[in-house]
Amino acid sequence: MSGLKIIVLAKQVPDTRNVGKDAMKANGTVNRAALPAIFNPEDLKALEQALLLKDKYPGTTITLVTMGPVRAASIIREAMFRGADGGILITDRKFAGSDTLATSYVLSLAIKKIKKYDLILAGRQAIDGDTAQVGPQSAEKLNIPQITYVEEIISVEKNKITAVRRLENGVETVEAKLPLLMTVTASAPDCRSRNAKFLMKYKHACTPSEMHHESEDYISLHDTRHYLDIIEWDINDLKADDVYLGLSGSPTKVKQVTNIVFTTKDSKVLEATDKDIDQLMAELVEHHNIG
Amino acid sequence: MNNVFVYCEIEEGKIAEVSLEILSKGRSLANDLKCELEAIVLGNKIKDVEDELFGFGVDIIHIADDKRLYPYLTLPHAAIVSGIFEEEKPKVGLFGATSIGRDLAPRVSSKLMCGLTADCTELEIGDYTDKKSKKEYKDLLMQIRPAFGGNIIATIITPDTLPQLATVREGVMKKETVKKVKKGKVVKIKVDDYVSETDMVVKIIERHIEKSEVDLKNSNIIISGGYGVGSKDDFNLLYELSDVLGGEVGASRAAVDAGFVDHNRQVGQTGLTVRPKLYIACGISGQIQHTAGMDKSAMIISINTDPHAPINKIADYVINGKVGTVIPKMIKSYKEHTK
Repeated sequence: MSGLKIIVLAKQVPDTRNVGKDAMKANGTVNRAALPAIFNPEDLKALEQALLLKDKYPGTTITLVTMGPVRAASIIREAMFRGADGGILITDRKFAGSDTLATSYVLSLAIKKIKKYDLILAGRQAIDGDTAQVGPQSAEKLNIPQITYVEEIISVEKNKITAVRRLENGVETVEAKLPLLMTVTASAPDCRSRNAKFLMKYKHACTPSEMHHESEDYISLHDTRHYLDIIEWDINDLKADDVYLGLSGSPTKVKQVTNIVFTTKDSKVLEATDKDIDQLMAELVEHHNIG
Repeated sequence: MNNVFVYCEIEEGKIAEVSLEILSKGRSLANDLKCELEAIVLGNKIKDVEDELFGFGVDIIHIADDKRLYPYLTLPHAAIVSGIFEEEKPKVGLFGATSIGRDLAPRVSSKLMCGLTADCTELEIGDYTDKKSKKEYKDLLMQIRPAFGGNIIATIITPDTLPQLATVREGVMKKETVKKVKKGKVVKIKVDDYVSETDMVVKIIERHIEKSEVDLKNSNIIISGGYGVGSKDDFNLLYELSDVLGGEVGASRAAVDAGFVDHNRQVGQTGLTVRPKLYIACGISGQIQHTAGMDKSAMIISINTDPHAPINKIADYVINGKVGTVIPKMIKSYKEHTK
C-alpha cells in the first residue's frame, strides 16, 4: 500500500467538561467566553488514527480541515505539531449559527474542492453538542459510505480498509472499499503529544488572516517555506449557496435554553451513628423499600 | 401520510427495548397530532412482532425480512428509511439514540435536507411564534435535550422542514402498551425498490455481541458510587451492599473516568438514565451530568462527607459520613432486621 491521502475533520470547542459556576450566566445560559477553547477530544483521537496510518504507510499525507472563526487555526497548528502535513480553515461570518446539516454542507463542499482523498476521519462527536451528526451527514452529501464508532483501523490493503467498531454491547469488525468516512470513538487510543521537530518547523504556520499579526521577519519566511501556509477558504472559495448556510440555512432552531433545576426535597439529615442508620434501615425494611 | 414514524431496531429477531419505549412516546405524540403511528421494521428472521407492535398502538407496520438487512448496515437501512419518508411524508420521525440510530438518522436527515436533534430526553407537541417574522407555527415537535456538556437544557424545533427528526435516549421514555388494542395494517416493503448493489459495499466480517452483565435499567435498587468513594478497592463495599440488598452497582462519570468502575455502570447524561425504587448515592457530589440521569428515582439516599454536596438537595435521606463507615453499618443493620 502506497501512501494515503487523509482528511481529518476537527472542531475547536469550548471545554464543556468542567463548567464552573463562573461560566454560567444568571439567565442560565453558558458564557462560552469563560471556557477555554480546545481541540475536540474525539477529533484528536481521529488524528491519531491518521498518524498511525502515516507511520504504517509512508507517503501518507494528512490534511486537517476545520470550520470556525479565525482563531480555530490554532487546532490546525496543533495537528501539524503532532504530525499532520497542513490544514484548511473554512471561515466566513455567514457560517455563524450553522446547525449540523448546514455545517455538513460546508464541509462537503470543502472536501469536494480538495477532490483527491482516500479516507476522511473525524471524531464521533464534539463535546459542545454531543450530536455525532456532522460525520454521517457529510458522508451522505459526498455520497460515500461511512463507518462510525471506530476504535481501531486494522489495515488498508488494495483500497480495502478493515476496522473495528465499538458498540454499546460488543464489537464489530467491518471492511469496505475506499474512499469512505470514519468517525472515531472515545475508546480509541489517545493522540500522541507534540513532536519537537514539528513544533520548530511549523511554529510560524498561519492563515492569511493571521499573517498581519506576525512580524515582518516571519512573514518573509512564507515566501520560501510554503508548508507554513494554512489555507483559508470562505463562502466564495467554496461557491456555497447562502440558502443552506448559517442560522437561516439551518432547519433546527433553538427555541429556548433553560438552566437545569431540580425539585429540592425536604431531606431528613442523619448522622453516621449506629442509632441513626439502624432506624433508617428499619424504616426501609418496614416500608418495603428494601428486603 | 403525514404520520408519526418510529424506526424500530431489531435484536435477535425481536424489537429492541429502546424502540418499544419510543413507540410508547410516539403513540402519545400521534394522539396529540391526531394522526397515526407507523413503525418501520427492518431485519432478518424476524419473529412475530406484529401483535407486539399493535399492542403499543402502532397503526401501520412497514416490515422487511431480508438477509441484507441484518446485522444492521448503514446504507441499505438509510436507503429504505429515506425512501419511505419521501413517499409517506411523515410529520415526525424518531430513532433510538443508540449506535444504530445515531448512525442512521443523520444520514436520512442529510439526504432529505431536514433537521435532526440528537439525544432527546423529552418530546412534546407545542406551538411557536417566530420573533422576527411573527409567523405562527402550530403543533411543532418540541425536541428537548441536554446541551453544552449537560449543563443546560435546550428546546429545539424544526419549524420549516418535514419530517421533524429526533433520536431519543434509551431509558427516558416509559414503555407503555395501549389499553385498547386495535389490529392495524402490515405493509411488506419491497427491498429491491430501495436497495441496490452499491449499498452493500460495507461488509461485517466478525461480530461479538455480548449481553451486558450489568442490568441497571431493570434494577429496583441501585448503589451508586462517585469519586468520593476513593478507589477501585473501596468500591467493593458497594458491591457488598448491593449483593445484600439485591441491587446493582452504578457510578458517576467521575468514578468511571478515575477508573474505579467500567463505563457500562455509568449513570447520567453520558451514561444511562435510571429510575429505581431506591438509589443510594455514595460519595457523589451531584453534578447535573449525573443527577439528570437519576433524579426520577422513587427514593434517594445520599451518603457524603460534605453536608453541602448538591446531591443532598434532591435526596430524601442525607447521611453525613464516610462511605466506608456508613455502608458496613447499613449491612449489619439490614441483616438484623431481616433475620
